[in-house]
Amino acid sequence: MNWRHKHLLGIEGLAPEEITLVLDTADKMAEVATRPVKKVPALRAKLVVNLFFENSTRTRSSFEIAEKRLSADTLNFSASTSSVSKGESLVDTILNIERMMPDCYVMRHPSPGAGQLISGFTKASIVNAGDGAHEHPTQALLDAMTIRQRKGGFKGLKVLIAGDIAHSRVVRSNIHLLNTMGAKVTVCGPATLLPPHIESLGVTASTEFEEAIKGKDVVMMLRIQLERQKRGLFPSLMEYYQRYGLTEERLKLAAKDVIVMHPGPMNRGVEIASEVADGPYSVILDQVENGVSVRMAVLYLLLGGGEDVSAH
Amino acid sequence: MYLLIKNGRVVDPSSGTDETLDVLIKDGRVEAVDKKLEAKGAEVLDATGLIVAPGFMDMHVHLREPGYERKETIATGLAAALAGGFTGVCCMPNTDPVNDSASVTRFILDRARAVSPVRVYPIGAITKESKGEELAPYAELREAGVRALSDDGKPVVKASVMRRAMEYAGSLGLLVIDHCEDPDLAGEGSMHEGTVSVRLGLKGIPAEAEVIPIRRDISLARLTGQRVHIAHVSTRLGVEAIRAAKKKRLPVTAEATPHHFTLTDEAVLGFDTNAKMNPPLRGKDDVDAVIEGLADGTLDAIVTDHAPHAYEEKMVEFDRAPNGIIGLQTAVPLALDRLVKTDRISLKRMVDAFSCAPARLLGLTDKGKIAPGVEADLTLFSLRKETRLKAEDIKSLSKNTPFLGMKLKGAVVAVVIAGRVYPAR
Repeated sequence: MNWRHKHLLGIEGLAPEEITLVLDTADKMAEVATRPVKKVPALRAKLVVNLFFENSTRTRSSFEIAEKRLSADTLNFSASTSSVSKGESLVDTILNIERMMPDCYVMRHPSPGAGQLISGFTKASIVNAGDGAHEHPTQALLDAMTIRQRKGGFKGLKVLIAGDIAHSRVVRSNIHLLNTMGAKVTVCGPATLLPPHIESLGVTASTEFEEAIKGKDVVMMLRIQLERQKRGLFPSLMEYYQRYGLTEERLKLAAKDVIVMHPGPMNRGVEIASEVADGPYSVILDQVENGVSVRMAVLYLLLGGGEDVSAH
Repeated sequence: MYLLIKNGRVVDPSSGTDETLDVLIKDGRVEAVDKKLEAKGAEVLDATGLIVAPGFMDMHVHLREPGYERKETIATGLAAALAGGFTGVCCMPNTDPVNDSASVTRFILDRARAVSPVRVYPIGAITKESKGEELAPYAELREAGVRALSDDGKPVVKASVMRRAMEYAGSLGLLVIDHCEDPDLAGEGSMHEGTVSVRLGLKGIPAEAEVIPIRRDISLARLTGQRVHIAHVSTRLGVEAIRAAKKKRLPVTAEATPHHFTLTDEAVLGFDTNAKMNPPLRGKDDVDAVIEGLADGTLDAIVTDHAPHAYEEKMVEFDRAPNGIIGLQTAVPLALDRLVKTDRISLKRMVDAFSCAPARLLGLTDKGKIAPGVEADLTLFSLRKETRLKAEDIKSLSKNTPFLGMKLKGAVVAVVIAGRVYPAR
């Protein structure tokens, strides 16, 4: 199977074999990190521009490490230090960088569809590193890699995603991926953070956490942004924790071999109890580790690094 | 000076006329409408195979001048109106400065007369600077030529202000047009709240944000006994509320745009900013309701909400793009193709919505009809000829339209204003 997409703007529209190809490639990439010299020359002389129009430490570092492990040249461009703060439009920014002959943009942007917008103005590939509440495809892929490591596959797997469903790009990418791979997804959160029509994406929606978590094989907790409470979307962080916090008690309602995931950064004591986050079912730090492998795989496939990475 | 329009199918809902007739025009006024008219030395326009209708009027247009001449000028906007088959337009007051004074109204009228034959009826602001607080000087505005008031683009949030506006304007015979949107409920939404918004992760504007202020305005019409006109109705809820109000004989009227009877929120799927407008494109059921509302007259008029924006303003992230599309050159073909050809509404009703209804609403008693003595303003169009708008055909300064290149059955052939013929080009 060959990769045939120029960009990775979202999970929506990817075929199951394509997702599997990324995951298989990521598994091979994981091996690179175990070598004494953690680097392959696959993307030597390729220029990858990291365009971050929104703060991000984790995703950005993860991408940067992935790029470096593949020997790509990198340029970091952040909104606060750039011409964007002087009023330059996104399209103009791209048209300018374009003349520096980049091979790939990794872009984080607060507006949904920002990747689609710039795709009309560049010859380079684009990896969406999060566009508003739309998609965050590499997050879903690293989640999938983590799930596959523990569960062996996706068919029939019962997955619960809980928290701020309305404002989450992670949720949308995960729903598309898990549905495509044959898992069953339930989303759960306070009614004010469950967007109307979410079921149209092919999920079950619930406001009752203890009901929703029953028998689940995977429980994915989402970060609650503290500003949501200030905007009146739920009464208090304490009440949130009491209704939706993942405690050891509640985790017992899930399947015996449940895994607990979180895309980070975590609010301990808000959406997840420390005992669970650090507990035996948690794979949260595996997700971080897999993030680098998945991003290596995506860059490698998009930039045509060749079929077999182990040959390097 | 005689002009004789021969063999056209004259469709004039104001008199119930629909037959092949000749129209004789003398010195800019209709002289006779009858079979086999003759006039020595008359300029003859063969209208065989064409519909001859009373001049179309678009009562919801943004001409942008003064203040936003990068988007549109009075000259380019009226050129688009003429090419699109309109003999008259009402321009919204959200210019810079806002049209809340006789001096701005007079500027618009003077400029319009200097650059175009198209008749312009400026709409004055409901409140000073459209800030929603103090009433604009309605009598002064009326004196200068204003026939309707609106803070379009913004709703009149305070019920007390809307009440006073309707009372005061009503006593002067001015029509109050409200942009019905609850800004608090609409929040930062940039599209319709539905299955598409949830998929795209864009914040949605629920249909209720439209119907809540519509219901308030209906209540105020009952309270004041004065007229209110609901701008660009986009939802089934809105149509049904207005239908119920009309059934109770409350003085409520309304309008709809071509984009709200042709496109759904699925047009946003590729994040095309030319699918971003306010009110937003709604769901399929809402589109059907708008068409049903036009068919049964719940929605009186078809208007474009022609809203030009410069290339660079629309070439941005979807949630940062301004609302609106241009519409003057596509409105008539869209109505012919999507409403008349498909038998969703009759030709007579379509002509009424474009011509007679706006004239009635604005109290223009000698417009919207073809009858001896009235000024000869006519729109001539074909049901068979195709329209396919190309970028170079756009007369507007801005090209923000999702209808570019769309093949539509039906085309404007010519406009007659005060007896002068302007072929559509």
